[in-house]
Amino acid sequence: MENRLFVCSSPHLRDNVTTQRLMLDVIIALIPSTVAGILFFGLRAALVIAVTVSASVLTEYLMRKGLKREQTISDLSAVVTGLLLALNLPPSIPLWIAVVGAVIATGLIKQLFGGLGQNFMNPALGARVILVVAWAKHMTTWTEPFVDAVASATPLSLLDATTTATPVEGSVWYSYLDMFLGRVPGCIGETSALAILLGFVYLLIRRVITWHIPVIYTGTVALLTWILGTDGLFTGDPLYHVLAGGLLLGAVFMATDYVTCPVTRKGQIIYALGCGILTVLFRLYGNMPEGVSFAIILMNIVTPLIDRHTIPVAFGGEKRVG
Amino acid sequence: MPLKWVFHGGVSAPHRKNTAESETSVLDIPEKVVIPMVQHIGAPCTPTVKPGDTVKVGQKIGDSEAYVSAPIHSSVSGTVTRVEPMLFAGGNLVMSVEIKTDGKQEVYEGISPPEIKNREDFLKAVRSSGLVGLGGAGFPTHVKLNPPKDKVIDCLIVNGAECEPYITSDYREMLENPDGIIEGIKLVLDYLSIPKAIMGIEDNKPKAYKLLKEKAQNDNRISVQSLRSRYPQGAEKTLVYALTGRKIPSGKLPADVGCVVLNVNTVAFIASYVKTGMPLVQRRVTVDGPVVNQPKNVLAPIGTSLQTLFDFCGGFKSTPYKVLMGGPMMGIAQYSLETSVIKNTNAILAFDKKEGDLPSEWPCIRCGRCVEACPMNLLPLEINRLVLANKIDELERYHILDCIECGSCSYSCPSKRHLVQSIRIGKDAVRRLKVNRN
Repeated sequence: MENRLFVCSSPHLRDNVTTQRLMLDVIIALIPSTVAGILFFGLRAALVIAVTVSASVLTEYLMRKGLKREQTISDLSAVVTGLLLALNLPPSIPLWIAVVGAVIATGLIKQLFGGLGQNFMNPALGARVILVVAWAKHMTTWTEPFVDAVASATPLSLLDATTTATPVEGSVWYSYLDMFLGRVPGCIGETSALAILLGFVYLLIRRVITWHIPVIYTGTVALLTWILGTDGLFTGDPLYHVLAGGLLLGAVFMATDYVTCPVTRKGQIIYALGCGILTVLFRLYGNMPEGVSFAIILMNIVTPLIDRHTIPVAFGGEKRVG
Repeated sequence: MPLKWVFHGGVSAPHRKNTAESETSVLDIPEKVVIPMVQHIGAPCTPTVKPGDTVKVGQKIGDSEAYVSAPIHSSVSGTVTRVEPMLFAGGNLVMSVEIKTDGKQEVYEGISPPEIKNREDFLKAVRSSGLVGLGGAGFPTHVKLNPPKDKVIDCLIVNGAECEPYITSDYREMLENPDGIIEGIKLVLDYLSIPKAIMGIEDNKPKAYKLLKEKAQNDNRISVQSLRSRYPQGAEKTLVYALTGRKIPSGKLPADVGCVVLNVNTVAFIASYVKTGMPLVQRRVTVDGPVVNQPKNVLAPIGTSLQTLFDFCGGFKSTPYKVLMGGPMMGIAQYSLETSVIKNTNAILAFDKKEGDLPSEWPCIRCGRCVEACPMNLLPLEINRLVLANKIDELERYHILDCIECGSCSYSCPSKRHLVQSIRIGKDAVRRLKVNRN
């Protein structure tokens, strides 16, 4: 056999899609939100983004090197994590806290558990939750859009104030239009619903995600906040709840994280319903205005359980006993 | 006509039917052929010739007492030079008969059209013809046509899907021998008293669809249906579902839902055998791939070496890195160009390193594309994880034995994980575990 041929098991043909390309698609889908954040909150926001992305990539690089594993930064997942973290931080966040967040996300939650695909919760959200608990004040100091001034309240904290029956003196409700465009205080990437929806449409067109999780999650929140209004059943303002806070960013970009959401359609529906119900519970009855991060992370942790109980019946296996 | 039943999953693999317009060329008789004694699923045949014997075209050279088996005939006239284990397309050594040809292609004296009066004669004739499924795994046709008494067949499914990339061997049969196909269908319907036949052709072959539809017009038992071009449309389970809405239960055969599935080449061969009595000694092979100079459809004697076929197609543009028998989705990579064309070889393909290399694996990101792609509704990513962790006893919970090994999962994986490859290992381990348990 002088003519040595290469032999392996079929299939001998693979689709062009790569993990790297999927990550790149997520980055592209985040461009509108990134641009909107920089537009509304200025160069300070750009600085936060640059810092978390570099810190995330550097953390991954150093940890892989330190653990003597092959380098993986080229898969772009560290960039995605860094970017998502920045978009979930207030623009005025001290940069050192942003760095700590990136190290927690990529170093602790992702790499210590084995790297890409092994984390049990969304790294960016996990880091955000730790930052919220550890540096509550910095994480809830908001900036007014277009001006470098501290904002009195975000759309969500306004809502929280009214539900606790002590309205903030002289505060003005934000208009739906301002909230849709993003001209309200909030995290860098969460304020502009328009930008997030542009990214959502891109992800759908590129078939990176399906509509199920974002739509069911958002729909559940809308329905429940409408039912559970402050003035009695069916008096809530679902549109305000959908546009306020990090719901859309969370539903489109965080809850759909492949690694931490169920793989079957049935599992994804259960998961999205869970995210929605928990978000409403945290928002309406918790002592913090926002509940998206906590809700998604809790559902991330439940995901293996959902997966175990939603194993699909094989084709033609419907009538099988046992 | 739109399809009522569309199977879940599958992938839109590229078609690459480069040889679709290549009319079948007849290969010059090679200097020698090597005919393996295993060309079907079932018991291997025992050679009935020895070195030094002279043989003629159509003469039986191997047979078996077993029911699930099919006799093997010489595809050439000449002298038997060796009868010993030789390298086989599967990569193992298999008892084979090497025949040096004399170039005369003299037909064996015993060849005459079979006398068929009833069902039994027909089944006997199909067995004597050496016919096995010409599209897929090579299951002996007479066994397929004779299901257990309690299973009533009410529908013959004729497979003209040809969903694998590159292969056009069935397509050429449909264009070049449509009457033979219809004739074969009628014979099966008549002798086995099956009330109807449905033929499925993927919608990327409109010419074949139109032609067969026309030819089937004067027999109202036969209908021709256009199928969605989506791999693995031609797999038995997905095909039967698409054409009848019947789901073959887990671990069962088409006969369990009243169907028998035959490839277009298989039915056409039945017609030709009934007419001439010449057993299965040659077949059409699609020779293609990026490094082949002149891709073609070639009619070749069984036992022709791959090298001979590639030479006939103008040789290689560059040194082949990988050579397949069958399509790129389910074909078997060959160790050597010395292996032979067997009864169910529908294509041989040659690739360079760029196309043929095994991509390196990245970590699973649980994107769920394999779940979307699996026509059997399995969770390939979970099975892969369990097989790699050697958790064999958990695999049955994930219905591993229902995998049809179509490879859609591996094809669709963005991390290029070797999913179906690991599932094959897992299936093997589960079967062994079951044997040990009993």
